[in-house]
Amino acid sequence: MYALLAAAALLLARNVYVMLLVLPDEAAQGAVYRIIFFHLPSWFTSFAAYFLAGLASALYLWKRDNRYDSLAVAATEVGTVFTAMGLVTGMIWARPVWGIWWTWDPRLTWALITWLIYAGYLMLRKATEDPSQRGKNSAVLNIFSFTAVIITYKAIDWWRTQHPGPVLSFRTGGGAIDPAMEQMIFLNWLAVMLLATVLLLLRMRMEQNQREVDALRRHLHAF
Amino acid sequence: MSFLRLSLVIAAKDLRSEFRTKEALNASLSFSVVILLLFSFAFDPTSAMTREISGGLLWLAFAFAGALILNRGFARELNNDCLDALLSSPVSAAALFLGKALASFVLLLLVEAVSLPVFGIFYNVRWSGRLGWLAAVVLLATWGITVVGTMFSALTVNLRLRELMLPALVYPMMIPALLSAMQLTTVLLAGEALAGDNLLWLRLLIGFDIIFTALSLALVETVLVG
Repeated sequence: MYALLAAAALLLARNVYVMLLVLPDEAAQGAVYRIIFFHLPSWFTSFAAYFLAGLASALYLWKRDNRYDSLAVAATEVGTVFTAMGLVTGMIWARPVWGIWWTWDPRLTWALITWLIYAGYLMLRKATEDPSQRGKNSAVLNIFSFTAVIITYKAIDWWRTQHPGPVLSFRTGGGAIDPAMEQMIFLNWLAVMLLATVLLLLRMRMEQNQREVDALRRHLHAF
Repeated sequence: MSFLRLSLVIAAKDLRSEFRTKEALNASLSFSVVILLLFSFAFDPTSAMTREISGGLLWLAFAFAGALILNRGFARELNNDCLDALLSSPVSAAALFLGKALASFVLLLLVEAVSLPVFGIFYNVRWSGRLGWLAAVVLLATWGITVVGTMFSALTVNLRLRELMLPALVYPMMIPALLSAMQLTTVLLAGEALAGDNLLWLRLLIGFDIIFTALSLALVETVLVG
């Protein structure tokens, strides 16, 4: 885990150096476009985390193994952190480019809804005391919640939004973005994913320890 | 008995017990009228602007009033451990869920049937010729609200803070149905035909109903039984 953390830190440092000193300003936006190198990776990471959480929840319902439950909660928490990061970086970019921090555009609105829905998942977990009930109910809620992620991802295709449309080649067929800049987005996504993995492993270990402490405490009270 | 028959028996039982006391129905009805009244203070009810947001106002009132009915969905079975008795009966959890959803659907439609004319009088709505479409939108959106609400009522039934948790969890999840209903109702109240972007909202609403009905029927057994 420390090796992962070190790798994330080194890659992040290298990326920040390249994006600030090597890559040129963007033609229309100037220097501020660089926030995309954190904005897009944050969203990809949070979507990946939510997907993992949904998968872990489904596996928990199938196998009833507590490790999947811990994975689901860890992935959801990491997802909400990176959703918050995506929202904040988006707002910082929107202020100079659009002149406003926030607009009620479908993409932005759905992103906020997604965040609220997953916050609801974390609330339900807190409110349910019985561990097996907590596991299955929150797993069901997590599967429900993933629909919001899908809508958020597709919002720029379904509605005419103020949010920029797809730029990466895998959705546009290429030509919308300079290859060096596109490569930077993916490299920084790798760095952010490494960081997210460290957070995920830490949070998962915490959850497992908490479960053990709770079990010991129940055991103690049984006598 | 077939699955559908069992659901109808459960729905009939729920409706019968509700009509005997009318506690959720009366509370929800008066709440919905109070909300419509409060909105008239927030917005000038005679201005043209209010007409543009009328669909939104109406569905907010329905969603708030609906929470009172949906909260009772599974909570009404907590007394005397009725929920455990129902689950140990030969009724499957999915049939139980469908029956409860149908009962709440009927109750919510009743509340809406009373609130809609009140809303029309208070907000000076001119009912144009699109009543068939409006009815379809009301039915689809009400089913969407009910099915998600009933599922979440099952998720939160054993919580101490049930009445607080249900609205906090369910409103964000209902947004696709509510948003579609708001957009479509506003358009239909203005007397326009459904075309272009509005068909997308209709598709979203239908898709919401299908996806969440299927998901709920598939997963409710896990929530209620284990």
